[in-house]
Amino acid sequence: MSSWDWQVFCKDTIDGEVVPGCFGGAGDVTYLDWLLSAWGWTLSVSALALVVALALGSLMGILRTTPHRGLVLLGNVWTELFRNIPLLVQIFLWYHVVPTLIPPLRGVPSFILVVIGLGLFTSARISEQVRAGIQSLAGGQRMAGLAMGFTLPQTYRHVLLPMAYRIIIPPLTSESMNIIKNSSVAFAVSISELTLFALQAQEETSRGIEVYLAVTGLYFVSAFALNRAMLFVENRVRVPGMIGGGGH
Amino acid sequence: MLALDFSFLTPAVISGYIVKGFIFSLQLTLIAMLGGIVLGTLLALMRLSGRPWLVVPAAGYVNTMRSIPLVMVILWFFLLIPLVIGRPLGAEISAIITFTLFEAAYYSEIMRAGIQSISRGQVAAGYALGMSYRQTMGLIVLPQAFRNMLPVLLTQTIILFQDTSLVYAIGAYDLLKGFEIAGKNFNRPVETYLVAALLYFVISFSLSMLVRRLQQRIAIVK
Repeated sequence: MSSWDWQVFCKDTIDGEVVPGCFGGAGDVTYLDWLLSAWGWTLSVSALALVVALALGSLMGILRTTPHRGLVLLGNVWTELFRNIPLLVQIFLWYHVVPTLIPPLRGVPSFILVVIGLGLFTSARISEQVRAGIQSLAGGQRMAGLAMGFTLPQTYRHVLLPMAYRIIIPPLTSESMNIIKNSSVAFAVSISELTLFALQAQEETSRGIEVYLAVTGLYFVSAFALNRAMLFVENRVRVPGMIGGGGH
Repeated sequence: MLALDFSFLTPAVISGYIVKGFIFSLQLTLIAMLGGIVLGTLLALMRLSGRPWLVVPAAGYVNTMRSIPLVMVILWFFLLIPLVIGRPLGAEISAIITFTLFEAAYYSEIMRAGIQSISRGQVAAGYALGMSYRQTMGLIVLPQAFRNMLPVLLTQTIILFQDTSLVYAIGAYDLLKGFEIAGKNFNRPVETYLVAALLYFVISFSLSMLVRRLQQRIAIVK
């Protein structure tokens, strides 16, 4: 096997010449520049999809615990729909099918479509966690809230959700890390993120191992940093006297 | 509004494009499930053995696999296997090897939880009867751990089935690829993606309903 050649990252992406300092200036782009911008795309897709997933997943999870049968059904259908179709197929649906069927969406950039696709896919999993978190609370809490004269939304806002979210921080953490991993699927619709960089740079430079190692390392670092951040949040919001954030 | 036209999906087209990919997706799922559960059980036993020279490599392997995106794992193996064996390998074979080794990490976490769910008293009872480690594990602990974890193992298999679509990254001919090629050849990509999504949904949803019923019937033993 040939020896390492990390200089590959200092090469210009067009003429393949090694650029001193590794960062191309004035219109030149090195593989290192490209790698970092790809990392940025991965993080942007993941972060925005996480926002979508948290918002819709929480809403659907809450609906599934309400006393209204219609809302429960809506939440259940949503969850089963987005959970039982492979992510890649969902991304293709958003990219190829939805803009054709709904003409106003035709001009939407693929970045947004991938964010929606990944966000809705993950919202189904978050909805499961939110539902489980709310249902793990003692039933008396809901009744106590309603007996105090809170409306149902107030009971959720002030009694149920503050505890439920603390309980589900650990599974939410792993779901957030999954989003970073799952964002790799965006390569299939030509988002210039880490996996697409890996595929293309490997082809252009034939330095697959170095390229893949760098990309894998960045995925690793991103997921690890997120894990630490969530652990920090978990410790900050811990209710005194309770065992940890969840204890499962 | 574009008119959808599914009429091109005749039995001949389905058997010509879709069936081949469907069979590969099923093969990949079944082989990776069986191989993954066997390897995963071995990894779980290594991690629970208490011997550092077994625990450290097993834990390292499982944690590495679990922290890399599956697409990258697929690409890694597609790059590395030919370097190791010295000749190029088809995308399909490469996918089978990758998924078996990748899923082993996930199944091992499930089997580890399953083995830990069996009370220590049962292991002690096995030894007290004069059974060896192998007999205690094989005859007492693993059958019960497997039974307790069956719904979780099957749920992981449903996820595995959905994940097989990611062999797209190396161009293997799976169910999704079959639909994609049919869609390109007949210039009906919208219809084929819709049917593909529906098929994946029906399979995954009905399997998950079955798992749910199984879950209610299986009583957890300790």
